[in-house]
Amino acid sequence: MSALTETPMQRERATTIYEKSKPGRRAAALPEAEVPEAPLEELIPAQLLREEPPRLPEIAEPEIVRHYNRLSRRNFDLDSGFYPLGSCTMKHNPRLNERVAALPGHARLHPAQDPLRAQGALELMWLLQGSLAEICGLPHVSLQPSAGSHGELAGLLLTRAYHADRDETRSRVLAPDTSHGTNPASVTMAGYEVIKVATNERGGVEIDDLRAKIEEAPDQVACLMLTNPNTLGLFDENIEEIAALIHAAGGTLYYDGANLNAVMGQSRPGDMGFDIVHVNLHKSFSQPHGGGGPGAGPIAVSDRIEPFLPRPQVVRREPNGRGPVFDLDHERPKSIGRLRGFQGNFGVFVRSYAYILSLGADGLAEASETAVLNANYLKARLAEGRAGKYAPVAFDRHCMHEFVLSGKPMKRELGLATLDLAKRLLDFGFHPPTVYFPLLVDEALMVEPTETETKESLDAFADAVEQILAEAESDPEIAKQAPYTTPVRRLDEVKATRQPRVRQPLDVDAA
Amino acid sequence: MLAAIGVDSVEALFEQIPEPLRLGRPLQLPDGMSEAEVYERLAALAARNADAEAEVCFVGAGMYDHYVPAIVDAIVSRSEFLTPYTPYQPEISQGGLQVMFEFQTAMSELTGLPVSNAGLYEGPSSVASAGYLAIGATKRRRFVVSRGLHPHSRETLRTYSVGYGAEVVEVGLEGGLTDAAALAATVDDETAAVFLQSPNFLGGVEDVEALGAAARQHGALLVVACDPMTLGILKPPGEQGADIALGEGQPLGNRLDFGGPSFGFFCATEEQIRRMPGRIAGETEDVDGRRGFVLALQTREQHIRREKATNNICTAQALNALGAMVHLAWLGRQGFRELGELLARRTAYARERLAAVEGVELLHDAPVVREFAVRLDAPVDAVLERCAEAGIAAGYALGADYPEYADGLLVALTERRTRAQIDALAEALGTAVAAERDAFPAADRGDFDPDSGHNAPRRERVA
Repeated sequence: MSALTETPMQRERATTIYEKSKPGRRAAALPEAEVPEAPLEELIPAQLLREEPPRLPEIAEPEIVRHYNRLSRRNFDLDSGFYPLGSCTMKHNPRLNERVAALPGHARLHPAQDPLRAQGALELMWLLQGSLAEICGLPHVSLQPSAGSHGELAGLLLTRAYHADRDETRSRVLAPDTSHGTNPASVTMAGYEVIKVATNERGGVEIDDLRAKIEEAPDQVACLMLTNPNTLGLFDENIEEIAALIHAAGGTLYYDGANLNAVMGQSRPGDMGFDIVHVNLHKSFSQPHGGGGPGAGPIAVSDRIEPFLPRPQVVRREPNGRGPVFDLDHERPKSIGRLRGFQGNFGVFVRSYAYILSLGADGLAEASETAVLNANYLKARLAEGRAGKYAPVAFDRHCMHEFVLSGKPMKRELGLATLDLAKRLLDFGFHPPTVYFPLLVDEALMVEPTETETKESLDAFADAVEQILAEAESDPEIAKQAPYTTPVRRLDEVKATRQPRVRQPLDVDAA
Repeated sequence: MLAAIGVDSVEALFEQIPEPLRLGRPLQLPDGMSEAEVYERLAALAARNADAEAEVCFVGAGMYDHYVPAIVDAIVSRSEFLTPYTPYQPEISQGGLQVMFEFQTAMSELTGLPVSNAGLYEGPSSVASAGYLAIGATKRRRFVVSRGLHPHSRETLRTYSVGYGAEVVEVGLEGGLTDAAALAATVDDETAAVFLQSPNFLGGVEDVEALGAAARQHGALLVVACDPMTLGILKPPGEQGADIALGEGQPLGNRLDFGGPSFGFFCATEEQIRRMPGRIAGETEDVDGRRGFVLALQTREQHIRREKATNNICTAQALNALGAMVHLAWLGRQGFRELGELLARRTAYARERLAAVEGVELLHDAPVVREFAVRLDAPVDAVLERCAEAGIAAGYALGADYPEYADGLLVALTERRTRAQIDALAEALGTAVAAERDAFPAADRGDFDPDSGHNAPRRERVA
């Protein structure tokens, strides 16, 4: 790219806040000490004190604001455009939720506050627990896990505790080859071995393979981790049979709730036979993703798993006929223990509860209906024309909230990789779909539009894909070199891993 | 849209769900509400919490009522930071990636260790992640843990250890600090890691370097949990021999939020870089030679490495880390140090002031920065209730976590706690202790019950 075609954003070289620092500048004014200003050495032994303060930036407030505002413009975000990132449920984040989370009664409430003086917070948690239990079809909920992967770890530790309580030791956790990467990672972290189960021609679990994997060592089967609808966006029609097989072997059935947005008010994991479910509040329940967190991953469980839930658990008591009192129950002798500090990501609970209140029973069911409708419409649009030719849907049947395309013909006939299509989409103002996942689909593109997109957005996306493919038929190099309009163009990721440079060197104070 | 799909109803799309598994009834949840109604409903719940605006907060125990500057709220609420996903497409995520890089630099400066990740869920689970790293690094499965480590961290480490298979051995405190002789006697050649916290849970500043000798001698990793707000004045763990420094990040730019979301920070030596948990941003160049940032070392992570990943974490706390970075930039190099000094001086004043109160004595006289422990000559819960009636959250009762300090109260300071408020705390504590002593002479108080963490018989509490 020549300087003439550079965008203004590209002409601005990335400058870190440390490079903008000048000795002596500052933003903060602190309160007066109001107490005797004893030398620190009189309070703390000198050998425990640091000699030089950490080299934080020295910069005035207006420049801090400008710096981060400029950085923000180097991000693409959900509020700016269509973000069909599969498996991530990029739905609109209502701002009401931010407003209620910021109320001082929530935002400035200390987590160690006496439960009797935090009744509103505990009641909110109790109400959210009840709502999630109803949505999942399982009676007991712990809000403690901090994210989906944390919920998975919790579910596996619960499984271990459940079996240990029955004097059983089991070593194997089954997971389909289409599973999210967090599933096998959690399995290893929980001290189990991962056993992969194959996928059938309909995109579901291959029952014969599942049976074979169980029969290899039935008394070693601890758990089957499943996403339903799965990562292909397809509902596994054999789920009842799968559940029966796992339960007959004595294992638990774990539901990765990443795809719950497809089935809210339509079908419930508990009714499908699952014992443990995690819910990503940052997916289905509208907590903003924050550029990679925060989220929360509450779990819902069946009666037989309940005794082992993490502590503390939010409970409702009715002492001596007085009104209800909400409390934190630490007296749980079979509990797996804590998974983190305090009670969980309460600020996320406030937002998600506000979302559930806003939508209500019908609204949640309608959200899932619209998510499924939007996905099927976009799938139909992408089956037309060039997209259908070069990137056909991987398992061609009605999908749930997302679907997976395979860019294999595109690569073969146009020499264009899925990555190239994704990068060219950036120039058209779209966030690309999830790429190269699930692993069993060659050149995969996983598309999840969500219910908060209009038909016009979906059409515009389909039109852009068509246009990119038409362009590639005449000159594939355009997409192969894309993007052109973004703050930076393709980045050297190999270098960043081979010679990691993960902090700013500050050998010399910034001049 | 239905015509394009080739169905005549949305229901047809749900026919792939076997009929018995379709719910077939509305969820048993209330009907949807207007925005105004939802606001009123949640405001009514919020009003039933005694927050740090309703009462003067001297409670700490890992989370602190610091003043979060207004620019933090303004920046973290920008759509461009609030609403994107994890930066999997770096070309359109340079803002978030650069923030991570700046944050990593700041945490590396604070802790004195060269490598930082972009943040984990929160403090205690970061401790457990360090345990997992230590097993991978040493191939050993025994942890030696100071009782000065936050009780939630110790419990979380135990929870995880049942999964990844490790033994956790605790070493007690002596005079408010880790018992050095006991620690040296407990660490052995099977020990994967030694876990310390400084300032420890009772507020005491540990001599990490001296205590860490046992870890070095036996080839165990030294893991130090720390309070970032004290690192403007305290010697950084990296200069005291720590292999890993981590902790709860809430004091930096994050609200109390009844316990979360906040973030955990995690820093380590170069040697551990390929075993680190979580996202790490790295600097690189684009095809035209422009400076840019990407997620580096992704081959450690679950979405690439699956069952061989160094950790299972995916969603972390990018927005909370941004809040921390903005807060740190706002404090700046000098302000950050001054804040540490302010905390130390106000805490010294508060400690002296409380120690002079009849019925209150220091639990230990170890050096402290922002939190200290006292003993009360009256049941702690009852004293806390009386102080709450006077509009003061006086501190954190130690008995439930430390049966050996059943009469202990942990008092925390931030820059928001003024001298007048400290004086009011001293007065309220004195009044409350005296009132309890009058109402319940020592002989009637009953023995401490370690199971409940309270003296029995406990006075019935009224909702």
